[in-house]
Amino acid sequence: MTASKPLAASSASAPGAWPPPSEPALLSVRGAEKRFGQRPVLRGLSLDVAAGEFLTILGESGSGKTTLLRLIAGFDELDGGEIWMGRERLDGQPPYLRPVNTVFQNYAIFPHLSVFENVTYGLRAKRIEAQEISTRARQALAMVKMSEFAYSAPSHLSGGQQQRVALARALVNRPRLLLLDEPLSALDANLRRQVQIELKSIQREVGIAFLFVTHDQDEAMALSDRIALLREGRLEQVASPREIYTHPSTAYAAQFVGQTNLLQAEVHEGCARAGSLRWPTTAPAGRTTFSLRPESIRLATSLEKARPAESVVVARFRGRIRNQTFGGATVLVEIDCGDSQIVRARIPNSGLRSAEGEFEFEFNTEDATPVEEAVAD
Amino acid sequence: MYSRTYKTAITIPPLAWVVAFLLIPYAALFCYSFWSVSASQTIVHHWNLGNYFGLLRDPMYRTVLARSLLVAVSVTVCALLLGYPVAYYLAFHAAKRKDLLYQLVIIPLWASYLVRGYAWKTILGTDGVLNGLLQFLHLTGHPLEFLLYSPFAVVLTLTHIYTPFAFLPIYASLEHVPRHLIEASHDLGAGRWATFRRIILPLSLPGILAGATFAFVLTFGDFLAPLLVGGSSGVMISNVVVSDFGAAFDWPMGAAISLCMLVLVVALLFSTERLERTLGPR
Repeated sequence: MTASKPLAASSASAPGAWPPPSEPALLSVRGAEKRFGQRPVLRGLSLDVAAGEFLTILGESGSGKTTLLRLIAGFDELDGGEIWMGRERLDGQPPYLRPVNTVFQNYAIFPHLSVFENVTYGLRAKRIEAQEISTRARQALAMVKMSEFAYSAPSHLSGGQQQRVALARALVNRPRLLLLDEPLSALDANLRRQVQIELKSIQREVGIAFLFVTHDQDEAMALSDRIALLREGRLEQVASPREIYTHPSTAYAAQFVGQTNLLQAEVHEGCARAGSLRWPTTAPAGRTTFSLRPESIRLATSLEKARPAESVVVARFRGRIRNQTFGGATVLVEIDCGDSQIVRARIPNSGLRSAEGEFEFEFNTEDATPVEEAVAD
Repeated sequence: MYSRTYKTAITIPPLAWVVAFLLIPYAALFCYSFWSVSASQTIVHHWNLGNYFGLLRDPMYRTVLARSLLVAVSVTVCALLLGYPVAYYLAFHAAKRKDLLYQLVIIPLWASYLVRGYAWKTILGTDGVLNGLLQFLHLTGHPLEFLLYSPFAVVLTLTHIYTPFAFLPIYASLEHVPRHLIEASHDLGAGRWATFRRIILPLSLPGILAGATFAFVLTFGDFLAPLLVGGSSGVMISNVVVSDFGAAFDWPMGAAISLCMLVLVVALLFSTERLERTLGPR
């Protein structure tokens, strides 16, 4: 698959997709190639970032997401392709001339400078007037709630506080695009959720485009206007979190963003068959892979009146519960439907009294999404 | 945990070493510095401050001490000016040649000090390599006398000998400057020079201080280079100590000078350590 196809498709069709079609791209990466020795890391990657959007590059470690960020920041040089910001070509320029700023994974706070000196570093390098430097630094520190630590030494700060300083140090320069390289990965889970919310509200407040790199799909879904899913140096899908979750374009995307059941089905005369499962579909005849989210499957109720709207077609199947994993409000159950077909379903904790015997399950047929079984070479 | 016996057993050798080779000699030196030599060339165990008063009164000591300090400062400055750029290049730009260049900088340390001293004697002498070359090129009509047997020759020789000692800690400190801090500085719009001045240089200060201390202390206590290439105008304070303990047979005076040098050097080490702590990461 190509990177441009889902990008165009998502911006045209999906509701709430970013960017609005009239908006010109803020940053444009065109056919980026990068090799480390013989190993290709980016293979002809193209991506547009719109002004003011929160775009997340999501991918496994080694997928090239940090490399892409370093290429945009200027720490590494492209082997092929171009990077543009408006009418200005960025690739080939040294990092200190590029109008972007970075928040590093390990924060990269200067240990010999105070918090205030760290935050004013970029403004002083640009020889901005002292009065303005001081005002802007104070504003930036207030925004990340670090005003009281202005004259502290970085070594006396916690990881979360250093992270805030790193954010203030970058934002104070008012770049049009901020690059964030897994900035939350060093924080513990609770703090991480809190900082996620703050990060998103700060981004809305300042209106600066964020290009955010992470391997955490939940983080990507919670924060992003759009997610660019990266796989082995190529874009798998670029779409809004909702779009990528409900309509993953490939089996990989379906598996990486959330959990899913991949059903290898044979479609014949408008009916898909996978093992003992059967459901009507509009997909063309032949072999097709369908993605069916575990939470789309529920215990079939005998209460016919609880049925949803007319237009919804429901498919039913029977199976035994092989295994269950407790997950708080829900239970993830493994259902053996016979013919060696295993399906996982996420059902409410209260719905299942006993796991003994055979149960009847159901799902809305529209939730079974056909996906491309793309194999990365 | 280790047993008491074991702990005592492994403490004894280093303790014995320190007592035998450090504490006892210094104690002896301390005692000698308050004694004197009689007219009949014997040491009189009569406690007095005569040696220290002599040190203050005799202008010869002041001249030689001032010269030693000047030579030590010169060598330190030269070693830093030579060592820092080399260390910087190796740490940041040498890439694949790093190991080879590192060895080339270190190799002089494997050659005997005396060999290197004599080598400079051969190079700088009136019939030496350098004068021969200068005359061959007709840059000078007659051999230049000031090259050998002068404070200049001492500074040159000692700079050659002690630059690796200044280089090593500087190189280590530059290697430890986190590369992402340099990237962060560039990212914030600071160019190469600004990044050097505001990030790399401050973070390598501990290495500079350590290197400077090595070069200064080793030069200050050196007596072989002045002996080989210094001549009478290049005499340093350690040469006075050597002669006091040798031909001049004035052990008490030699001891007094040694103790003064020791106090100077310890004070210097102490203050650089303090300085390092104030300048280092807060």
